[in-house]
Amino acid sequence: MSASIEMPVLNNHDDGHPIYLDYSATTPVDPRVAEKMIPYITEHFGNPASRSHPYGWTAEKAVENAREEVAKLVGADPREIVWTSGATESNNLAIKGAANFYSAKGKHIITVQTEHKAVIDAVRELERQGYEATYLQPEPNGLIDLEKFKAAIRPDTVLASVMFVNNEIGVIQDITAIGNICRANNVIFHVDAAQATGKVKIDLETLPVDLMSFCAHKTYGPKGIGALYVRRKPRIRIEAQMHGGGHERGMRSGTLATHQIVGMGEAFRIAREEMDTENERIRFLRDKLLHGLQEIEEVYVNGDLEHRVPHNLNISFNYVEGESLIMAVKGIAVSSGSACTSASLEPSYVLRALGRSDELAHSSIRFSIGRFTTEEDIDYTIKLMKSKIGKLRELSPLWEMFQDGVDISKVEWAAH
Amino acid sequence: MAYSDKVLDHYENPRNVGSLDKNDPQVGTGMVGAPACGDVMKLMIKVNDDGIIEDAKFKTYGCGSAIASSSLVTEWLKGRTIDEAYAIKNSEIAEELALPPVKIHCSVLAEDAIKAAVADIKAKQAAKESA
Repeated sequence: MSASIEMPVLNNHDDGHPIYLDYSATTPVDPRVAEKMIPYITEHFGNPASRSHPYGWTAEKAVENAREEVAKLVGADPREIVWTSGATESNNLAIKGAANFYSAKGKHIITVQTEHKAVIDAVRELERQGYEATYLQPEPNGLIDLEKFKAAIRPDTVLASVMFVNNEIGVIQDITAIGNICRANNVIFHVDAAQATGKVKIDLETLPVDLMSFCAHKTYGPKGIGALYVRRKPRIRIEAQMHGGGHERGMRSGTLATHQIVGMGEAFRIAREEMDTENERIRFLRDKLLHGLQEIEEVYVNGDLEHRVPHNLNISFNYVEGESLIMAVKGIAVSSGSACTSASLEPSYVLRALGRSDELAHSSIRFSIGRFTTEEDIDYTIKLMKSKIGKLRELSPLWEMFQDGVDISKVEWAAH
Repeated sequence: MAYSDKVLDHYENPRNVGSLDKNDPQVGTGMVGAPACGDVMKLMIKVNDDGIIEDAKFKTYGCGSAIASSSLVTEWLKGRTIDEAYAIKNSEIAEELALPPVKIHCSVLAEDAIKAAVADIKAKQAAKESA
């Protein structure tokens, strides 16, 4: 196929267009994926549920091929894949669907403080419906202590939800070990794997996981499409959250978005074929960025460095205030630990859960590297950060005090 | 957050960054704010025998508006008497920099820093006279 779709420029250093280093927020659609999607918007527009004519058959075939590709990347049976609109819907469907279906077994749910809001808020909703929840605090490195997890299980625990790869700090939880604990205690185990596909090997044939959420747009597919893995052996049942025409074996009604599904299938196929070489390249870039930034004094990596995807580097720059830091790094598109709202700076709840001080949480930057990041981008970023951090610290009375050997935590500050 | 051109100018090119000798009897220091609140301003003024501010330096840990507020007041302070300095109001700073309502506290902090620096130099002068 001729490449009529070209990659947009994500790394022009001179035209005021920031370098994209926010792949954990979303990824551009790979041109190969976009190419494959287009005929299913115009030409093969049929409804995959139409059984009476070739328009429908063509669409259905494309959907099933994509289902197979998604299943292949994660070692599942295609019949275990349910299409959704994205990871948020998959998380809601898994958590509410399983908790509702198995509510006779118990009404206690275990999750982790550092989960994505789509998990935390789904669990909060169940709390409003009368369920009880335990939000485990991870260790300072972001990983769960298995003994603490075990201790949180009660006789009425029905479901546990733990993410595979954390979106802010990139740490990889020990899903096998946590799943084995769930199995031993007859607890349904849901895993949000939105940030894991194409980054870590996932084999659901061996992983003790019952439900797993996926989305396309973190893996170079389109936004608005995701999937939920629902184990068949032993069979896990969920209550539908979306009612209608009985699509997806009744678990998720709604006309299938053929072009989006085709895009997700192609994105996951590419991920399966290229992830090994891609991850090696990304690890090289990450190490280069890490070493470059570590030449700056008083920087702290947030989250475990070993049990971590190479795509993510989350770093706090001490003695630099968060909002001025955001202003300083306009040349790169990154995400900050401070969500700068109109009224105040809210430090990241994930970094807070790791026990980071407000100041360190505020002064954090998440760099996330991806398929189209170049070595030149990394060089530029290191240079930019060195000069901007240096400039802001020159302005910082706290940095001056630190240089003079003053312990800032012991200073009595006048509150204002 | 949209910043005014004046805030951006002071943020990009802060005036009078630095420190003076805090042990100099002619230097008054004001340090206000707290790291946990996200702003710390340190303002130093050097006052000559006629009570005129000859030099002013600042260092600020804080957002762009906090940096701009303190940078601006160092420009304003030079050449003023300490009584004139004491009379500077936060509303003048906020107006000059076109600060949005959520950033008014930055101008308040800058006014507090001036008052703290003036109080420090007055205390030093009083100690000198009684000595």
